[in-house]
This record gives sequence, structure tokens and C-alpha cells, in this order.
Amino acid sequence: MPAKIVQKNNKKFNRVKLDPITLDVIENSMFSARWEMDAVLFRTAMSPGIREQGDEFPMIANLDGKMVVGQFGSFIHGFKEAFDGTIEEGDMFLTNDPYSCNGAVSHANDWLLLRPIFKDGRLIAYAAMFGHMTDVGGKVPGSLPTDATQIFEEGVRVPPTKIYKNDELQEEILNIILHNCRLPIWNKSDFNAIVASIRTAEKRVIEMANRFGDDIFYSALEDLLDRNKKAMGKLIMNTVPTEKQYFEDYICDDGLEMGPYRIKCAMWRKGKKVIFDFEGTDPQSISSVNFFLNEEMFKMFCGVYMIMVFDPAIMFNDGFYDLMEVRIPEGTLLKPNYPAALSCRTHALGRIFDVLGGLLGQGAPEFLCGAGFSDSPHLMYSGYDKNGEWYQLYMIGFGGVPGKPMGDGPDGHSLWPSFTNVPNEFLESYFPLVIEEYYTVPDSGGAGYNRGGNALCTTYKFLEPGEVSIHDDRWLTYPWGVNGGLPGERSTKTLVKKNGETKLLQSKCDRIAVEEGDKLYHVTWGGGGCGDPFTREPERVQFDVDAGLVTRQGAKENYGVVLRKDLSINKAATVKLRAEKTKARGKVKLFDKGFSSIKELKARCKDETGLEAPADPKFQKWMTAS
Amino acid sequence: MSYRLGVDVGGTFTDLLLINEKTGTMWTAKVPSTPEDSSIGVFNGIKSVCKNARVEPSKITSVMHGTTVATNTILTGTGAKVGLITTKGYRQVLQIARSFVPGGLGGWVIYNKSDPLAPLSLTIEADERISARGEVLSKLKVGQLAKDIKELSNKGVEAITVSLINSFANDKHEKEIRSIIRKKKLLPKIPVSLSSEVVPEMQEYERTITTVANSYVRPKVAEYVKNLQKGLKRRMKDVKLRILRSDGGLASAKASSDSPVNLLMSGPAGGVSGAIWIAKQAGYENLMTFDMGGTSTDVSLVKNGVAEQTRETSVGDVTVRASSVDVRTVGAGGGSIAHVPELTGALRVGPQSAGATPGPASYDKGGTEPTVTDANVVLGYIPAEHIALGGDKSWKIRKDLAEESIKPVAKALGLSVKQTAAGIIDIVNENMYGALRLVSVEKGYDPRDFALIGFGGAGPLHANALGKLTSSWPVIIPPGPGVLCAYGDVTTNIQDESSMSFIRRFSHTNKQEVVKIFEDLAKKASKTLDAEGVPKNKRTTSYQVDLRYLGQGLTINVDFELSELKKKGLNAIGEKFDVLHEQLFTFSLDEEKELVNLRAIVKDQALSLKAPSVKKGGPRPSKDAVIADDAKVYMDGKNKKATIYNRSKLKSGNVIKGPAILMEMDSTTVILSNHKGKVDKFGNILITPQG
Repeated sequence: MPAKIVQKNNKKFNRVKLDPITLDVIENSMFSARWEMDAVLFRTAMSPGIREQGDEFPMIANLDGKMVVGQFGSFIHGFKEAFDGTIEEGDMFLTNDPYSCNGAVSHANDWLLLRPIFKDGRLIAYAAMFGHMTDVGGKVPGSLPTDATQIFEEGVRVPPTKIYKNDELQEEILNIILHNCRLPIWNKSDFNAIVASIRTAEKRVIEMANRFGDDIFYSALEDLLDRNKKAMGKLIMNTVPTEKQYFEDYICDDGLEMGPYRIKCAMWRKGKKVIFDFEGTDPQSISSVNFFLNEEMFKMFCGVYMIMVFDPAIMFNDGFYDLMEVRIPEGTLLKPNYPAALSCRTHALGRIFDVLGGLLGQGAPEFLCGAGFSDSPHLMYSGYDKNGEWYQLYMIGFGGVPGKPMGDGPDGHSLWPSFTNVPNEFLESYFPLVIEEYYTVPDSGGAGYNRGGNALCTTYKFLEPGEVSIHDDRWLTYPWGVNGGLPGERSTKTLVKKNGETKLLQSKCDRIAVEEGDKLYHVTWGGGGCGDPFTREPERVQFDVDAGLVTRQGAKENYGVVLRKDLSINKAATVKLRAEKTKARGKVKLFDKGFSSIKELKARCKDETGLEAPADPKFQKWMTAS
Repeated sequence: MSYRLGVDVGGTFTDLLLINEKTGTMWTAKVPSTPEDSSIGVFNGIKSVCKNARVEPSKITSVMHGTTVATNTILTGTGAKVGLITTKGYRQVLQIARSFVPGGLGGWVIYNKSDPLAPLSLTIEADERISARGEVLSKLKVGQLAKDIKELSNKGVEAITVSLINSFANDKHEKEIRSIIRKKKLLPKIPVSLSSEVVPEMQEYERTITTVANSYVRPKVAEYVKNLQKGLKRRMKDVKLRILRSDGGLASAKASSDSPVNLLMSGPAGGVSGAIWIAKQAGYENLMTFDMGGTSTDVSLVKNGVAEQTRETSVGDVTVRASSVDVRTVGAGGGSIAHVPELTGALRVGPQSAGATPGPASYDKGGTEPTVTDANVVLGYIPAEHIALGGDKSWKIRKDLAEESIKPVAKALGLSVKQTAAGIIDIVNENMYGALRLVSVEKGYDPRDFALIGFGGAGPLHANALGKLTSSWPVIIPPGPGVLCAYGDVTTNIQDESSMSFIRRFSHTNKQEVVKIFEDLAKKASKTLDAEGVPKNKRTTSYQVDLRYLGQGLTINVDFELSELKKKGLNAIGEKFDVLHEQLFTFSLDEEKELVNLRAIVKDQALSLKAPSVKKGGPRPSKDAVIADDAKVYMDGKNKKATIYNRSKLKSGNVIKGPAILMEMDSTTVILSNHKGKVDKFGNILITPQG
């Protein structure tokens, strides 16, 4: 049974004709309201994931649940389909269960709050926000167990629940939830912060409706959605070819030493509509690397990406959803069957963006960007300190942004919106560790006319015994380069014990015991290069060498630029070397994935990475049953 | 008899205000600015104002000055070649920055990061380490460092920044490095900025960028201040030059040259200070300031006569930790260009600006794109046919060119030229309204509790409309928008502050420890005033603390009295924090609180001055004030008749009914229909809705 909307006032809104100026004014106000939601949340949240890294997603939607402003697209449709109950004035819903909101949130750490906004007894809009909680209970601190095989191991699950009824907090329910978390104070504060941010949006929506009139406000939201549909329609016609394009990429392993897992997608245009079909994607994993991908959310990823690549002036909303069709086969990595574990979905989520880039770019190679830092590597460190106090660190790492037609990818930066690093002085003040080094690795960004950003190396020295968990990827497959650009370097994790013993760690591992004095070298991966490196202006290569971002050797080998001892450019030698190298290479490749087949890649895995190649994934029968 | 002089250097004009400190009598002068060396304009102005006042320049004892030299140095990328010394392992601290990529999901595709203010090729590492608690984990090793500094010297660095990890907790190594640079005769004369002195607070990137920015602008600012002071000394023997800081206080010439990072908002702070002063005369202490220029608009909020402060200052894409008046800037001004992107068909205004060159189409200086100014011309708000009566006589405004520029936009929208012009104004007003919301509603203030004061070249044109959006009445249009900054310069007082990070939960410290730190900070901040000879009994000291609930990341700045702290303990501060948290975010928590930064601010007493008053008159303006009574304007979607007044002929008590346009030398005020403007004792126009 889908949700039933209960209103005191059932009068329908009138769709009225708006002058373009009023429309633009309302659009501006909606944007202000959306930024205000972020501002309120950042300032009051306690989970560093939300506060420093902006792992939160605000939205204001129209009364049908279509996102008018926001970031991750609307899930309200899926939510309404799945929720068997009423939606009434004074309600605020809480859920963190991907299976009961059709993947609106994709793991239990994300707490989603949704508020129907009523004015004079009529539903006029929705506001929603979700944020990543540091811990929601379950088998490991941080609630992201790599080796979980069912969602029950991943913390407390909250089905869509009215956490406010008639504007009254259902405290007993909240207490039960908080009781299951390791840091209940943080969860409570973050919950409050999300509520405050939603209330801000509600206030602004009511103000706008008062200022312009309810019918005009209603019609403006409709018009804004239409306007976007029109613009995206043109964009799709211009950039998506009718013949099928294919692209595939991988996540390297599942944390159980099996992999890689293939994500495959075809894209083509049929009339005005673009179709994405994930046929050929591997079945779901028995571990927690599955990513429950909501179709609407994928449309949004795609829309945002197209806008950014082709025409950033377009304001983004849900209006174009009818122009896209997304097919995801059930029982696959991207649509796993209940109760598959989901917590470590970050790798597949990230990789979706590389797949998208590869797909869209084939139709318009001049817009193609390298593969990048399409992940957010996690580090967790927890235990009891000398005073018997519990410490629990969760943080996201950064790496090389890909080279792109507009310029170089920044070094050690984030692909995700509004993520920032946590200052090392802050970490050293609050956690028992010293960060001895924090730099980007020379030559780790893929060479190209525009260089991929360098990987980040962070050296942690632990000061207390505890446990470390790491979730990363791209240690086996490469962040690929495009249009002649080379792939970026892969990630590594090395633990050096106090006694000097060196251990290579798996890219995904949980509960590694560390002692006082142990050091972890946490190296992420570089961005893929974009364009022919032999055409990069020698002065730019020289600049990077002078800055220590590219080595002298790297300049010579990857860019064909010969520098003298004083770093001046040896022009004659450079011209000669570049001619030789260009000839030896031949025509530039559209994609340089760094390997010819998975078999070939696995064969050299041990030599190159020091780690055993992962076994082929084992799939179980029940996983593919619908 | 002693005089003080306020000087504001703007893009077009340099304004001066001379005051007799005993009688309060004032004289003003306006001369063209000289951008290639702004001190020339200043000296021209001094000559002019002294002539007006018949005062010997030598009688001037102090000169107060707001400057944009520091800001422009960053905006134009013309600062010093800065060498940076970091802790081993942290050479790329500025390259990595906060790993932040702006622009939302997919924003990286179009983001090109600018190179660090201190190039990596000029950044070296010191082998040393201090812990977050201030213990020395590894002593400073001198040998290699000295060699590397020598190498920096060979590369021709012009300033050096030392910013080591955790130096906020212990400055020992930073100081040692400075003496190495000096003692070994490596670079004995080079200016050295230490992060532990410039901003001794936690967060390595912010502390480093702030200190590097200081080094970056330091030589330029120091040279400017030196030349200005030399020129002043030649004309006035014992004159004291004081520079307005970003936080609205004054600093000595030396302090400004040493810590120019505190001057980045000096210009806008002058406007805000002037607005505060003049609004106070008119009887308003709660106000929002609205300063609209050619390319951008600055807004701020003033509560009980005090401007809200922020601990962050942004110029271009550089954000530093330095106290400043909380001025929010939006890229919307008279020169903002209107356009209609093909795919969406929506009307957008800005952020591109026609700037001073080529300028708006109607200025006939080569610009063809439609700007906000052109829209104002089309609507008749800038009356092209009368403009020569106001400012520069050679300046002609071409209405036909304005119309021509708007035509393509009108066509894309399917509207008439006038409708489109009105739309451009509505959109740009909405953008500025967004900025006013940032300083008001987003901080928990209701804009209806505030008056709105509009100045800057274009502020008086748009202020009435903004007042309608925010319901902030009255809208105050002070006389002479340029001289307002000079008022600000001349009416502020010397102040300095001292701060430090002291990160402790309430339960891990006590009243005595905190009081002691505050007293030491106050002593440290007083040194500047000691040097300036400010008598002790004329000083006031205020105290601030940055607080948060344990576990939160950002802090709220809480003001309090030291006596409260002594009497009631830390909870007195804690309660204030709860109230502020609730006001800002609609909730407070029952959690332990944590101190983060402590700060003491010491101020000289303000000079009490009265604004000059204008002649008295009746409600009806005299006939000779009317320039035209049948000017055509387009307002509320209709053609209307408006009266144009010469503002200098208006008298106090005059009431002007909208639609009306008031012209003066360097600005134009619009009073909308159904609104009225009353001239007060000091010549301010107070606009309110009619009836």
C-alpha cells in the first residue's frame, strides 16, 4: 500500500501563468533556502563525517515529491511507494533502512529525515535531509563491517517511522534507536541538527508562499521542473548518440579476497529518451560492498554530470526524470536482494561516476575527463586510552582529482561536494596519534596534457593500542586515463610495526590490531591523465618538477621533457625525445585502463602490489532469485 | 587648536574630512583618485581641504585612513615572493589546503585550483616536531635548515613565513627559526612572519595561509604606509598616521605594516563605521548596511551600534583567519551583466561584470552588454537627460545605447525593453536580498527590527526596493556616500586584540586559570595602546571566547564581562552560549561545553562628534530644489511621472513623495511610489512606506 496523504484542506492548487522574472526570483529564493539548510547542519552537527566532510544531502521538493533544489535527487516517490501509512501535518519521518525506501539511503549510517510541509492544511512541499552518522551500532565501531554478510550486522535499522507526530518528538522511539549506538550523544546531536535544518527549510517555504501567494509558489515549482526538462532535453539530443555505447569498470575486491566485480552499463538514445541498462553487471556480493542504487538517484547523478560537463549554467532539479530510463537487473551488485549487507557501498557508488564519465564521454570525447578519485577511502581507529576513555575516529581520505579538459586535477583533493579534510592538529588534539607526514606523492597523478592530481600519503603514528579498519579500492585496477592520458597510480596501505616489521595491508580490512608506536602509511590513488602528455607545455612540466609534484625522471619518461641540472628545459633534447616517444606509442588511445584483461592484470598482481591476486568472486544462488 | 583628518581612497574619488577636535567643526573635500599612486590623490586632497578650512596643514595632529592596498595586492596577484618554512612532512600544506572542491556534485569538472600564495618551489621543511599539547617531540635540527634558508635567499624571496605544526601550543621552534634567519646573517633584513604571532590558533592550514597572506602583502603595505607617512611628516610635523583595520579599529602605522593581514577589509570597514556613526546621529543603532558599488555589494549587520564580527576574512579565493567586520559580499553591482542562457531561457544577472572598462553600455565607453546601470537608465531611475546637473559635467549618459543593449535580452524573454529592465533590477535586488538574509535571518535576527542604510555609488538607487523586500524601515540614505567612509575613518578609535587557542572542556579547567589567561591577553593587547600613548583611564577592555558543545566542530563567539566570569564562573559564559545556540539553530543541548579560543580586545575611547546639520524647512521642499516635475519613469509595471530634486537644496523637515529621484554629486536616490522620504536634521533621507 502506498502512503496516504491526509490534508485538512483538499483544495487543489491552481497552475497559473508566471512572468519569467517572478520565476527567477523564486528560484533564487529556493537556492538560498537550500544553502541555509547546509549552513545550519554544518554548524551544529557532531559527526565529523557531516561537519567536516559535508556527508549530508539537503532537498526541497514540490508536493509530488520531485526535487526542486538539492543535491542527490528525490527519493520521495520510492519512499511513498514503500510506506504503508499516512502522511499528515506535523509528521517528520526517520529511516535508515535502504530496503524500506527503495535505496533512498544506501546504508544504515545515513539517517534520513523527511518533512511534509503543510500550509493552511494543504501539503505544499517537502523538505528532507540525510547525514552520515559516525556509528549506528552493529559488529564494528563505525558500523561499516567489510565482512558482514547480512544487513543485520550493520547496526540498528529504522524502517520509515514518524519520529515526530503532530510535532511531538516520539522520545521513546528515539531512545531505543540511540540505545543501539556506540556514541549516542553524537547521534542525538546530529539528529537535532538535521531537524533544525529541515525546520529552516520549512520556514523559508512558508515565507515564500506568503510572499508570492500559494498558487504562484506552487506553479513556480512546476515551471522550474519544466524548464529543467526542456534544457536537459536539448542537452540529451545534442550529446547522446542513438547507437549503443558500452562501458565497464570494476571495484577491485569485496574485502573477502575475491574480485574484481564488474559494473557494466550500456547507454543509447531512443527518440527523446536516454536509456541506461546495467545488464552484464556482476551478481551481488556475499560481503557488504553491494550498492543499492535507486534508479531516480542514478538519473540525478547522470543529470548533474551532464550539466557540469556540457553546460554548468543549467540549474539542476528533478524535472528531466521522464527523459531517462534506468534498468538495473535484480540480484546484482547494484540491486542486491534483501538481506544482503550494504554498509561498504562507497566503492561501487564512487565507481558509478567513472562509468558515467566513460559512457557519456564516448559520444563527445572533447569533454572526456580521466577516471578519478571516485571513492572515499575510510580510516577507522578505536579503542580505550590510558585513562580508560573510549576513542573512536572515523575519517575520509582524499586523493588525485582526474585531469579534465579544463585543466589539471588538484592534488590530494575530493571529488565529492563540500568534503573537507579534518585538520591534523585537530586529530592530534583529540585522538591518540601523531600524523608524521601529509603530502601528495610525486608522479602518482596520471600524466596527460592535463595532469591527474596526485595521491595523498598520510603517515599515522599510533600512540595507544587499538584497532584499525581501512576501506579503500583501486589497488588492483587503475584510475584510467583518456585521450592519450596515462592512468594514475594505485593505492597502497602499509603497516610498520614498532619492531620494524612491515606488513602490507589489504585495501579493505577490519579490526587490525595496532600497538603504541606502530605506523600506518596510508596512500590513496592518483587521478587519470587527460590528453596527450607529449603535448603538455614543457614549462608546465618544469613548474611541477620545481614544485616537487613530478620528478625529474617522471618528466622525462611520462612527458618526454628533458630538464638540465638547474631545471632549465633542454629544448632540443625534449623535441627529439618527444618525437621518439610519440612514434613508439602510436595513435593515442581513447581510454588507457592500464591492463589488457583481468587475467593479465591478476597475473602480475603479486609482483606489482605485493598482495595475492583476489580469487574470482563466488556467487550464491539465492542472490539472483528475484 | 588641533585637527584630525579622515581619508578614504575610493576607485574614482578620494574623500577627505577635516575636524576641529575641540569645536567639532567639519570640512570636506573630494578630489579624483590617483590609482597609480594613491598617496598623490591624498596629498592633493589635503591641500584642498586645508584651503577650504583655512587651516595650516601643520595643525593636523592625526590622520585616519582606510586603505584597499592590502586587498588589491591579493586580488591582482602582485604581492611578495614568499618563502615558507613548514614542519617536516608538511611541505604541501597549502597545496592540499582543505581538500575542498567547490561547486556541488561534479563541480571538480570545471574547477581549476589557483597556485598557493607561497609557491611550493619556495617552501622548505624544518626537521622538528611539537605535540598538540605543546611538548617538544623532536628538537629543531639546525644544519640542513640553515642551508635551505640560504637556498631560499638565492632564489630571491622577499618575505618569509614560518608556520610549524602545533605552534599554537608552543612557539619555541618558530622563534628559534627566526633567530637563525637573523643571527646567521642569512637574511638579516627580510620581514619574517611567525604563525604563532600572527594567529596563534589551532588548524595548520588556516594558520599557515593567514601568515603567508601577511607576508605576501607586507612589503607593499609597508612601502605604501612609509611613503604616506613621509609625505605627511613633510607637511605636518608631529602627525600620527593611523590605519583602519578590518575589525573597525585603528592601528598605528607600525602595527599595520607588521600585520597587514588585519587590513584586508579596511575599506569596507570604513563604510560600516561611517554608517554606524551617522545612523546613530539619526537615532538608529540597529541597522543593516548596504553598500552597492560597480562590481559588488557589501552588506553587514549592526546591533546596538556595534557591527557583527567574524573570525574569517575572504578576498578573492583566499580566506584567512583574521577578525573583521562581518561584511558579506555578493558579485552584484551596477556593472553586473544580464544574460539569458540558451538552454534554460532564464534571466540571469551577473556574476560577470562590465567593470569600469568597458563599463555599462550607456556610458558610451565601448561597453555593449546590458548592465544593471543600463536597466536603471532605461527605467528613468538614472535620468540621462539631467545627469550633467549632478556630477562631472563632461559625463553624458546615453539612454539610446542602454535600450539597445537590453533589446537582445528582451527578445529572448519575449518582453518589452522596459519590462526586461525592470526584471533585471528585480533579479539583482533578489541577489542582494540573499546577502542581507545571510547577515540577518540566517543568524537568527529578524530584519524588521533593523533599519537599512544604503550607500556606495549604486546603493541609494536600490535601497528603497531592498527595504521593501526585507521590511526594514526606515531606509536611510546618508548625505554624500563617499565621504561616509571618511566619517568612518575619523570617528573610530585605536584598538588591538590578543588571542590564543585554549582547548579545554569546562570540567578540565577552572575559573582561576581562565581569568588569569584573559588578564594576560588584555595586558598583551594593551601594549599597542601604551605605545600610542592612550591614557589608561580612557581604555575599555572587552572579552570574547569561542565555545562549542564538546564534539562540535565550529564555534560560537560569546562576549562577556570579566567580572561576570570572576563572580559566577564558567557557567556564566556557558549560559550565554546556550542562548545564542538556541537563537542561531533553534535548539540547545545538555552537553558539556568546550573552550576553544580566548580573546581580549582593548579600545581607546571614541571621540564624541556631532554631524553637521542642514537648514530647517517645512514639509514641502522649496521650488528651487526641483529639477523637473515630469520625468518619465517605469515603476510597478507602468509608465509614471516622477519629480527630480537637487538633493543639496533640500532642507530638514522636507517630505518627498515617491515616485521621486534625488540627485547629488556622486549618487542618485530613488524613492518608489507609495513611499515617502523625510529629510532629517543631518540631511539623511529616511524612507518609509506611505500611509
